[in-house]
Amino acid sequence: MPLEVYLNVAIGGVLTGLVYGLMALGLSVIFGVVRVVNFAHGEMMTVAMFLAVVLCSALHVDPLVLLVPIAAVLFVFGYVLQRGLINPFITRPEHSQFLLLVALAIIITNTLLIIFGPDARTVQTAYGFDSFQFGRIIVDAAKVYAGIAAIIFAAALFVFFRFTLIGKAIRAGADNHTGALVVGLDVKRLYALTFGLGAACVGAAGTMMTLLVDATPMLGPSYTLLAFVIVITGGLGSMPGALVGGVLIGLTEALAGLLFTPSAKSMFAFAILVLVLLFRPQGILGKRLA
Amino acid sequence: MTRRPQSKSARLTRRTLTAGLGAAGFIAGMAPFNIVRAAGGPLKVGVLLPRSGLQAGIGQDCQRGVDIAPAILKSMGLPELTVMNGDTESNVDTARARAEKLISEGAQLLVGAFDSGQTTAIAQVAEQKGIPLVINIAGAPQITEQGYKFVFRNFPTGPMIVGDAFNNQKEVFAAAGHTPKTVVFLHINDTYGTAIAGAVEHVMPKFNMPYSIVEKIAYDPAARDLSVEVTKAKATNADALLVVSRLNDAMLLTRELVKQRWTPQAILSMGPGWYDDQYFKTLGKLADGPISFVPWYDPHKKLTGVLEAALAKSFPGVQLNTNQVFTFEALLVAADAYKRAGSTDPKALTDAIRTTNITDNASIGPGISFNAKGQNDKVKDGAIQNRGGKDVILAPQDAANTKPEWPMTPYQNRG
Repeated sequence: MPLEVYLNVAIGGVLTGLVYGLMALGLSVIFGVVRVVNFAHGEMMTVAMFLAVVLCSALHVDPLVLLVPIAAVLFVFGYVLQRGLINPFITRPEHSQFLLLVALAIIITNTLLIIFGPDARTVQTAYGFDSFQFGRIIVDAAKVYAGIAAIIFAAALFVFFRFTLIGKAIRAGADNHTGALVVGLDVKRLYALTFGLGAACVGAAGTMMTLLVDATPMLGPSYTLLAFVIVITGGLGSMPGALVGGVLIGLTEALAGLLFTPSAKSMFAFAILVLVLLFRPQGILGKRLA
Repeated sequence: MTRRPQSKSARLTRRTLTAGLGAAGFIAGMAPFNIVRAAGGPLKVGVLLPRSGLQAGIGQDCQRGVDIAPAILKSMGLPELTVMNGDTESNVDTARARAEKLISEGAQLLVGAFDSGQTTAIAQVAEQKGIPLVINIAGAPQITEQGYKFVFRNFPTGPMIVGDAFNNQKEVFAAAGHTPKTVVFLHINDTYGTAIAGAVEHVMPKFNMPYSIVEKIAYDPAARDLSVEVTKAKATNADALLVVSRLNDAMLLTRELVKQRWTPQAILSMGPGWYDDQYFKTLGKLADGPISFVPWYDPHKKLTGVLEAALAKSFPGVQLNTNQVFTFEALLVAADAYKRAGSTDPKALTDAIRTTNITDNASIGPGISFNAKGQNDKVKDGAIQNRGGKDVILAPQDAANTKPEWPMTPYQNRG
């Protein structure tokens, strides 16, 4: 096969992987700070996808315009969820947290099914059939826009955590819970803010995902699983790791479809996970525990 | 403690017992008359279709065939049917559960279910419960190869579809004056898709086709992105795309063909999706060009005109297609059998279906009858092309109403 075929597929895989990475970034941020594994992560993403579908058709606007508003809605949802429901479970055993979040995931899926039914819904955009041509390389326009938006959103999140006072406080709370309490930080509020930020990542990723795939209520579990594969591959709790993991999984799926059979794409993503667990259990960019 | 005397009304006397037995005997004696009365009423037909889920678009299109049926069946002098709707949700397990539920709610005959996997599950339930099943659409050959006694199919099997498709392709190539030398074969990896893919492999050598398959690419029925599949297909530089798909993936494939700026000489489909109304509505001008080799209606038959008129009246702007025709014909088989059986008894209905001989139908072929396996082995495929937002018929010659347009207009030149 000519080289441009591999390049076409690889570029598409990387761009899709960036959106995957942003979704997984939310999971990684939540776990890294709050130490709660969000088993309703994919379901929260489907909420964002349906919000995008409904608002796009009602307001006749592009999903990219809705990126920040939907991220804000998910931020509020995540904040309220953490303060009202998850916070009491933080000190409880992990199986209690697991059951709570799985129950939440089931409730979200079934609520979406009741409201929207099981059919796939799509967003119509002016560039839905467009592509960019660079010599013999052809790149899907929607993937380019989604990939760029994912990079901008992730960069904004990095800046927030590194340069703002609240971001530094959240990192301090994640690094040393007792120390943060001693210096007078409101750790409960910081946890809620972090959960909100993780949910905002999912909101942004879900909005962009509507450019790439149709929304159905049943997408949730597969995206939750995908997010886990990505963060474990990239390193649980590592923000750059989530993005690297997303790109790696997106690229692996795309190239596996090209080199082997497309129906076995997911198998190769799991093969990467197994290899990482065997040879670098902390993930590609994760820190080894002392 | 004294014993309270039993009240007169609660005492069981010999007279009360005799009266009770008499009443019970009277009710039992009337029971056969009740059954006779039920047999005179409408036949309860459970229609199972994927009305939601991945195949919802096609399931709802099939439903249109159900919706226009009552008035047409009445005009044909056939008895009334009570349709009980069941949604399979495009899921095999749900299909099985819904079939059981419909039977428990009184369905006396089942019709369905468009998808081979779902139909296989329903056929098992029908056979187990002894309720006749008339399959509207499902091509997996094994459904009528199990020795089932209650299962009937008025739709060609995978090998029949493929055999007819190859014959019709030769006719189309001759009429177009173009013959592709190479094709790339893209197929969905579900029960129907793998059945057709297997049939292509086994049947193709017997037909001495003018082209060779340069690559076979299978994809997941739940795939949400087919960019890699199309890139891989494009890289083969094949003259034409041979495809077996459903509706959602047909639209995804078309989108990718446009985005990747590849217009093959022809898209030759051996499955649903490409001729569906939703395909036309969603893709507009981009929908034109594909040729589908599928069971179809004969535009010259009288019933076809009746169906077209009824559809135009009930669903303005919707074109008649395989989904509505074969779903209607399944109900036609049910009503015809009920009329001849004169009973809702499943065995009598089954015996009547087995001796079906309907010549005034709409699909291509001499009519509807079933062989010992419950298969209509006379039903034929057509070749249809999407042209100007409509389906036109290219083959077989008897049913054709126009000549093929070949090659396809490049997607980039469609304005």
